[in-house]
Amino acid sequence: MPTRNLESTKAAPNYTPFHPRWYRPHVSVYWWLGEWHYLKFILRELSSVFVGVVVIEALMLIQALRDGPEAYAHFLQGMQNPLVLVLNIISFFFVVFHTITWFNLAPSAMPVRLRGKRVPDVLVAAPSYVAWIVVSAFVSWLILQ
Amino acid sequence: MADKITLEIARYSPERDDKPHYESYEVPVYKEWVVLDALNHIKDTVDGSLTYRWSCRMGICGSCGMMVNGEPKLTCATFLSSYARDGKKIRLEPLRYFPVVRDLVTELNDFLSKLKKVKPWLIRKDEPPLSQGEFLQTPGQVDRYKQFSMCINCTLCYAACPVVGLEPIFVGPAALALAQRYNLDSRDQGAQERTAMLAHPDGIWGCTFVGECTRVCPKHVDPAGAIQQYKLAAVVSWLKSFVLPRGQDK
Repeated sequence: MPTRNLESTKAAPNYTPFHPRWYRPHVSVYWWLGEWHYLKFILRELSSVFVGVVVIEALMLIQALRDGPEAYAHFLQGMQNPLVLVLNIISFFFVVFHTITWFNLAPSAMPVRLRGKRVPDVLVAAPSYVAWIVVSAFVSWLILQ
Repeated sequence: MADKITLEIARYSPERDDKPHYESYEVPVYKEWVVLDALNHIKDTVDGSLTYRWSCRMGICGSCGMMVNGEPKLTCATFLSSYARDGKKIRLEPLRYFPVVRDLVTELNDFLSKLKKVKPWLIRKDEPPLSQGEFLQTPGQVDRYKQFSMCINCTLCYAACPVVGLEPIFVGPAALALAQRYNLDSRDQGAQERTAMLAHPDGIWGCTFVGECTRVCPKHVDPAGAIQQYKLAAVVSWLKSFVLPRGQDK
């Protein structure tokens, strides 16, 4: 069996390993505009801003209620501003989008197992939707009664 | 006479080109032909210099992944006939976000080093003697990790993940899913050893749950699910460290 002479390999002078010129593609700043899946992801992330808007409005509402009828009337007047109305309409659609997308993603983050078998994703997501409908119906009943 | 379809193939020669360009080839469309058959046809009869990886032709080796009309696909499992309608063309490019070595061949060393970092093998703290026999698992225990063990390292999920493109240091979907595959294995005792690499901004916390890795996975591995499940487990373990500062891993 011929044996490799390690010493001579070590001593080989000026050895330059072959290194090809790789082409490294550049990722555009607008990578998310080209495909619907990416755009949907960015819209889902952006929806958090509108969820924040709704939360701030809810906190302002509670503060107005605490401060009395005059403050509440002032709050309602502010809400009738056309710009606020437009913002609220946009926020509504984003909050619904946010809710649906996250409810649909929940089963993959929290798989439920029963008797060693994974429960279908639809059944894991369903309780969230049911709770959403029940709470919405209760709030509607409170407002409309 | 079979229908024809045009393949626009990204060509890049490191000796000659600064960036890739496209060359068009017309190939016949047979109903049993996949995109890889068309590439082999071109290489055999039209242009022998066309370079791409392939091996098994049956969706197991994970070598022939490419961008087919902008979508990461295994070309051995993508039929020409699904693109042949309405005179459509097929544009073939190397998998996105990877450095290109030549034509459709990508550089995989970065992926392979990330894969190694998450220690995707069984780690034991104790090594029972062979006389004790094999480690037995119930079907339920196998079922917990089986889905994540189906990965063939085709790297389609890396080409689908924008985080991989924007943050090249991100460990990436396949490696994280494979780490979770071993974490969930009842024979493994190395979950804690993997934590340093996984529960890290370049690990699971780099993932923003775009979910594209799961959508494009040809083996239905669901890497996005694996990562989110690990995120949840990491948070629970972190909370436990407050509630049960001692003995949380017991």
